[in-house]
Amino acid sequence: MAAADFLSQATVYLAAAVICVPIAKRLGLGSVLGYLIAGMLIGPYAFGFLGEEGEDLMHFAEFGVVIMLFIIGLELEPQKLWRLRKQILGVGMSQVLVTAAIIFGACLALGLIWQSALTVALALALSSTAIVLQTLAEKNLMDSEGGRNSFAVLLFQDIAVIPILAILPLLAFRSVASDEGSKTILEGLPLGLQTVAVLGAVALIVLAGRYLIVPGLRAIARARLRELFTAAALLIVVSIALLMQAVGLSPALGTFLGGVILANSEYKHELESDLDPIKGLLLGLFFIAVGASIDFDLIAANPLLVVSLTAALMAVKFAVLFGIGRFFNLLTAQNFLFAFALAQAGEFAFVIFSFAAQLGIASSETLGLGISVVALSMTVTPLLFIVNEKLIQPRLCDGTPKEDKPADAIEEKNKVIIAGFGHFGSTVGRFLRANGVEATFLDNDPDRVNLLRKLGFKVYYGDATRPDFLLSAGADDAEIFVSAIDDPERNYALVETLQKFFPHLELMMRANNRYDAYEFIEMGLGNIYRESLDTSVRLGVDVLRKLGGGAYTSYRAGQQFLKRDEAAMGELAEHRHDMKAYISEARARIELQEELMEKDMEDKAREQDHAWDSEPLVRGFGAGE
Amino acid sequence: MQRVLILFAHPRLENSRINSRLVRAVPRADNFTFHDLYDNYPDFNIDIELEKQLLLDHDVVVWHHPFYWYSSPPILKQWIDMVLEYGWAYGTGGEKLKGKVIFNAITTGGNNDAYCPEGYNCFTITDFLRPFEQTARLCNMDYLPPFAVMGTHRMKDAEIEKAAADYGNLLGMVGNGGFEPDKLRALKFLNDFPRTGA
Repeated sequence: MAAADFLSQATVYLAAAVICVPIAKRLGLGSVLGYLIAGMLIGPYAFGFLGEEGEDLMHFAEFGVVIMLFIIGLELEPQKLWRLRKQILGVGMSQVLVTAAIIFGACLALGLIWQSALTVALALALSSTAIVLQTLAEKNLMDSEGGRNSFAVLLFQDIAVIPILAILPLLAFRSVASDEGSKTILEGLPLGLQTVAVLGAVALIVLAGRYLIVPGLRAIARARLRELFTAAALLIVVSIALLMQAVGLSPALGTFLGGVILANSEYKHELESDLDPIKGLLLGLFFIAVGASIDFDLIAANPLLVVSLTAALMAVKFAVLFGIGRFFNLLTAQNFLFAFALAQAGEFAFVIFSFAAQLGIASSETLGLGISVVALSMTVTPLLFIVNEKLIQPRLCDGTPKEDKPADAIEEKNKVIIAGFGHFGSTVGRFLRANGVEATFLDNDPDRVNLLRKLGFKVYYGDATRPDFLLSAGADDAEIFVSAIDDPERNYALVETLQKFFPHLELMMRANNRYDAYEFIEMGLGNIYRESLDTSVRLGVDVLRKLGGGAYTSYRAGQQFLKRDEAAMGELAEHRHDMKAYISEARARIELQEELMEKDMEDKAREQDHAWDSEPLVRGFGAGE
Repeated sequence: MQRVLILFAHPRLENSRINSRLVRAVPRADNFTFHDLYDNYPDFNIDIELEKQLLLDHDVVVWHHPFYWYSSPPILKQWIDMVLEYGWAYGTGGEKLKGKVIFNAITTGGNNDAYCPEGYNCFTITDFLRPFEQTARLCNMDYLPPFAVMGTHRMKDAEIEKAAADYGNLLGMVGNGGFEPDKLRALKFLNDFPRTGA
């Protein structure tokens, strides 16, 4: 591809996305539909910027799905995945088998030969991982019961693709000279050895995740080069995908597994936030390619046929899903979400169809029609989400209790995030934990993170001043953000980021000293904790006691001092800009404070709030008697 | 031999004239424990387990405090609230304090004349101390009349010395176990306890 060609194409894609997606989002249609529309517009039937290369583009962009599954794996710790086993096997398998059986029967009834009918049925039984997960994530529905079941079904479908692609050649009338579908290094090996190789590859991912990737990431994190970390993250995904392809497994499945292995590591959030934009771009590209692949000529030739087939397909899938949801005791509201989410056919259908075309299993008309139906059903899906959200759910909501079970949520979500796990932050964290409050910790010192994780703390490595990292650490759902970072400059940057992107968070800041605190006051913060204040006053109070001062009196003096000091802080901050005023003001403040302290210790009149035998009182009462 | 616990509550002992003298009169013997609540808990964070153990380790308890606003300084109320737990000090199974002797040792600014229906305080000291009396009773303790040093506003040094000596003698007698609770209960103030070998 020539450089100029690349630039002009990139311009077209990016421009289409930049224009269409915000409009679609503004209209409440969601980003997926925005990309699809962008694809249709630049595709061969509208402006025609995009021609035959659309299909190649789609294959390339499918890598976005691979990255997406890696990220989903990162969110899903092994024990949580284990908890999903019932849904994956039960819900997932029944969905694929029942749907395929019905479509198979329908295709036979429509006069297809059984080989074509089976291929079409298997292809259409699968749903679109990309569209569904992207939309669920965008609508924050991944943690809901319906979202979890959708995910389980999609995961099962990812696994099911492997045997489906394996049996297609058996349906072929002619053997294929050069097939693309099964170009693996294992060919020619006996079946037993192939199995061993596949299991070996999986074991390799597990072992590498444990003993190679995490120490490697630690070394890279220590280099403190951000792009190097991104490169490493990509390297992990790409190499796993390559390995999976080599042994004939789905790359998405492999990276998902890799993600799950790394879900317990401290680099989880950092990997996630590094890969997220790449995933987003590739998925966007993928949706654009899907939009561009819709054959409007074919639809225009048989509009009724395409539309009715699409409607019939989605109705069948919806009915099967809804029935399964009911069978597995999904609540009605969640069942609607589940059934609407998965009612389309997915990108695997494109893969299966193109493989089937090479094998000559089905006629090109059948496949062309199939591809149009698939693309159309994918396009309609975001609309169905909107229908579900706006028309169906409101009717069900009345009287239906919220069934969100926080314990089963895919991501660990804490109300408190603590940045910085040094002496200060760890004390705050230990205190909170001792009182039953779990917090999410962020730290950017790889060695410390490593050590603390060995001690059983949930600490994540990453730069807390980056919005994407904060987001994946759960800043959206948290309520309180504690900054225990000691570097003032980094603290200021953090406050700016938090105020800009997460204005709902209550910020509680560690300040080194008075001057640090002035900065925070100027940034509009209220919860400021000078690390040197309370401790020094406590020490001072103990000095007073050791010099013979009363315990309670000294204690109260300390509390008073703290109170006055905090009050003076706020007043002084106002005068800060005018340095001259500040200096004199500060001196006045110190003098005032000394004065007040002396007053507190010497002023006999103050005793009357403590002791009846103080002089004025004695005088007053004595005179009266 | 009786083990005596003095629970002392004065927020500003260092400035007090009477109580600092009374405190010095507490016998320095092994069976006496002087426990200053404000000194131990300036932040009012009372160590409940420690306090309970102290109670278990003694036979006689003295609530020693100045009489502020017809009651004790707040930390003693905090002590009562925190330490006298249900099921331990009172209520079902709460018999840990049963039979222990307890009384208030107080100092008042006004003299005894002020504490009567005709005086400006309208009620007697006994009336004002009813909540303490009933607290003790609910815990199955043997509540004795108070030891009261009254009229401290106008006290001369000699009078203070005498009050301190009385307090010391009273505590000494209680510590020796040389007293009959029934006889003491009949008194209005423990200040009038029978001096020469009961």
